[in-house]
Parts: sequence; C-alpha cells; structure tokens
Amino acid sequence: MIPAPFDYTRPTTVEDAVTALRAGGAGAKVIAGGQSLVRMLQRRLVRPTLLVDVGCLSRMREVVEEPDHLVIGATTTQHELLHDARVRAHAPLLSLVARHVGDPAVRHRGTLGGSVAHADPAGDPPAAVLALDGEIIVEGPRGERVIPSAEFFVGPFRTALEPDELLVGVRVPKMGEGWTVHYEKFRLSAQKPTLLGVAVMVRRVGDCFTDAHIALANSGSTPVRATAVEVALVGADVTEEAVTKAADLLDGTMEPFARQGVSQAYLAHLARVLTRRAVVAALSW
Amino acid sequence: MIPLVLRVNGREHRIEVEARVTLLDALRDVLHLTGTKKGCDRGECGACTVHVDGERINSCLALAVMQEGREVTTVEGVGTVGAPHPVQAAFVARDALQCGYCTPGQVMSAIACVREGHTGSDDEIREWMSGNLCRCAAYEQIVAAVRDAAEAHRA
Ligand SMILES: Cc1cc2nc3c(=O)[nH]c(=O)nc-3n(C[C@@H](O)[C@H](O)[C@H](O)COP(=O)(O)OP(=O)(O)OC[C@H]3O[C@@H](n4cnc5c(N)ncnc54)[C@H](O)[C@@H]3O)c2cc1C
Ligand code: FES
Ligand code: FES
Repeated sequence: MIPAPFDYTRPTTVEDAVTALRAGGAGAKVIAGGQSLVRMLQRRLVRPTLLVDVGCLSRMREVVEEPDHLVIGATTTQHELLHDARVRAHAPLLSLVARHVGDPAVRHRGTLGGSVAHADPAGDPPAAVLALDGEIIVEGPRGERVIPSAEFFVGPFRTALEPDELLVGVRVPKMGEGWTVHYEKFRLSAQKPTLLGVAVMVRRVGDCFTDAHIALANSGSTPVRATAVEVALVGADVTEEAVTKAADLLDGTMEPFARQGVSQAYLAHLARVLTRRAVVAALSW
Repeated sequence: MIPLVLRVNGREHRIEVEARVTLLDALRDVLHLTGTKKGCDRGECGACTVHVDGERINSCLALAVMQEGREVTTVEGVGTVGAPHPVQAAFVARDALQCGYCTPGQVMSAIACVREGHTGSDDEIREWMSGNLCRCAAYEQIVAAVRDAAEAHRA
C-alpha cells in the first residue's frame, strides 16, 4: 500500500524543526523512526501534507546526565535504550521495557520519543515512563515546556502535545538506593500487541516496602497507575503473601482500548496475576 | 520528485523519488535490486531486512529520502554465487529454506545477529531472529545455520 503524497523536510536544528511544523500547519507531522507512522501512512489512516524528519537533530539524540536525573533525547532508539550504559545504570526500567518492543529491526529504528508521542494505549514504553514519573520536555513556538507524564497521555493516541510542538526529550529521576524494577508483559501470541503490561518500581528497606510505583499498559485508554496497589504495598512486609494481597486490590474495572476478544473476568485475573509476578520479579532483580 | 543520492552496497546511485517511496520500493523498483523481498509491507515479516549503517532494519518501514548520507547493504552486497557469505554458505549447508522467499531477509538478519553476538544458545537465536518469519517453517534449519555461522565467526 502506498501513502498519499506529502512533502518532506529534514531540518538540522530544533528551532528549524519547530518553524517547519508551524509553517506546515495542521498538515505537518513529525517522523522519527517511522515504525508506527509509516504503517499509518501506508494504510492512509493519516494523510499529512508535510513530514518533518527529526533524525538529524543532534540535541534530540543525546542522553544527558544531571545530578539526580537523566534526560533522554527523544530520538534515542529502543536499541540504544537497551545498550546505553547510563540508561542501564540509572533508568534500568527503560532498558527493560525497550527489550519488549517489537523485534531487533524495529528497535533499531523505533525511538523513545516516538513511542511516547504515539501514545498507543497498548504501547510498552509509555507505561514505563508513567511509572518513573517522567517529565516530557517539549519545544514549540512559545518556547520550552515540561509536562508531567501523568498529564501527558490524554487518550488513545492523544497527548498534551500541540501540533506545532516537538517532543525533545524525556526526563526521568535516577534510580536511587534500594529500588528495583521489572516489566512484565503478556501477549496472546508472539505477533499480537501487548494485552497487558505492568511496569514496576519498588523500594525496600529491610523487610518492608517503603515505596511503589506501578503502571499498566492497555488497561485503559491511556497508561494508568495502579494507585490502590501502590498504597497497599507501602509499609507492607516483603512477602509473597503481602504482594498477592496488594495485587488483588486491582478492581477489574479496566477498559482497554483494544480488548483483543478477551472477557472482563479474564483481564481482571490477568492484571492481578501479572502485577503480583512483576513485583515478585522486581524483588529478585 | 526529490533528487537523492542513495549509497547501496558501496555504490552511489543518483535517483529521483517521491517522498512517499519506501526504501524497499526504491531498491526494487528504481534500482532493480530485487533480492530484497516484500512480504507484508508492514514491519511484521522481515522479508525486507537490509542493513543501514550496519544495523538491520525493515526497509518497508523506512522512507528512501531518509537514507541520504547512510550506507545501505542488501543481500546483493554480501556475497556472490561463487563466493557466498559464510552465513549464506551455512544456509546452503543446513538446507535452511524451502521456497526461499524469506531467505534474503533471513540472511541479512542472521549476519547482523551473529555480529551483535545474540547467538549464545538456540533459544537466544530464536528470540533475536524472531522478526523474520518463514511461511515454509524452515525454522529448525535456520537456527542450525545461524548456530554454525556463529561458531565459524567465533573461531
Ligand atoms: C512489527 C512491530 C512491532 C511492534 N511492537 C511493539 C511493541 O511490542 N510494543 C510497543 O510499545 N511498540 C511496538 N511497536 C511500535 C514501536 O516500535 C514504535 O517504535 C513506536 O511506536 C514509534 O516510534 P518511532 O520513532 O518509530 O515513531 P514514528 O513512527 O516516527 O512516529 C510515531 C508518532 O509519533 C509522532 N512523533 C514521533 N517523534 C516525535 C517527536 N519527537 N515529537 C513529536 N511527535 C513525534 C509522529 O508524528 C507519529 O504520530 C511495534 C512496531 C512494529 C512495526
Ligand atoms: S515486508 Fe517489511 S517486514 Fe514484511
Ligand atoms: S523458505 Fe519459504 S518462506 Fe521461508
């Protein structure tokens, strides 16, 4: 299938990219790795008149270390998330989740910024970014703004990004002492998208959980935090029993965007089991 | 139409393409390099696998205009009938194909897989070759060929 025609530009600075987006108006669209967009172009689900290629913007390719944070450039590929020493050391949840995206060829082109901007409710990286309380750094004609991940995902394939704004990076806190992480994913078959994903970060001091961040992929129209489970875990003993009890609090009212033909009872059970497994796996990380 | 210099298998090609043309279609229809196959045209089968700057990618999900200044390698660039690439030789020795349609993609993916070092066990090979489907289900022989090629590479 061949896309409808469009113009193409490859700016070399973030400023030029923003200018191009603005000039292109409603018909302009960013292309990063193309792993989601080219498929949509081919099926003519989107018909932009101008593609702005962000592949040559060096600022968006960098990983910058701050004292307590890591700023990961939007065009960092999933392959790079998997291999970059700073990401592995300071944001291992992103390395783990990158491993669950597609296959090696997809990961060589697909980017973190693309996954986040695409905002597929079944996307794996958005859930990890939400669990990390990541901040989305955006550049537009009105300058830079920083959007908390909790406010960034607003609906299926919809975000707080304006059409003339560029996602330039994702800022995440460096993982501190005592934290461990895991990403647990379930698919009905190897070729199917994520039916449910659970991103977990837990902190333990001695035999007690002191903090827990849990976010689910494909359990709603956006990635969502499992707040009830988080609250129940904090202060609980580090035992499988306590983890099971907390995970069982998932109430089963999830409304995934793509249900893939499974029943509500199946999903609710899956969410509890996967969440328990994910926390237990994080503990033995 | 956009004028474009595409570097493929060490040669520069000056071509003109529309922005909407994928790398796969440019290779096959403009450069007539038909070794690279179109299976699904949506990133799922791996028949169109090529290397760009040494990394394996699906050429059906890449626009040709995005490859300016990059080095593209296709199956035509890795070996010849008289002097096959060690991975190609391993595919022949292991009879790792039936109809052969997926084979150029399998070979390109396998060359990268061996180079990346994801060949520690048969399970690891299966996982890191999982983007390449084979309708004839020659999977056992493909894994064996990749295993052989990896051993030869390490030696
Ligand atoms: C076979 C296959 C399997 C896959 N499996 C998975 C999977 O298991 N899990 C998963 O999570 N994903 C999966 N994906 C999708 C994932 O690979 C894509 O990488 C990701 O969704 C998009 O990243 P990209 O860089 O390719 O973005 P593109 O396709 O280039 O863009 C996607 C969207 O984001 C916008 N965009 C991109 N970058 C920016 C930016 N910097 N600023 C503003 N807007 C931007 C584009 O305009 C477009 O709307 C799969 C894809 C394929 C082809
Ligand atoms: S043709 Fe490209 S992955 Fe199938
Ligand atoms: S040999 Fe026929 S598809 Fe693989």
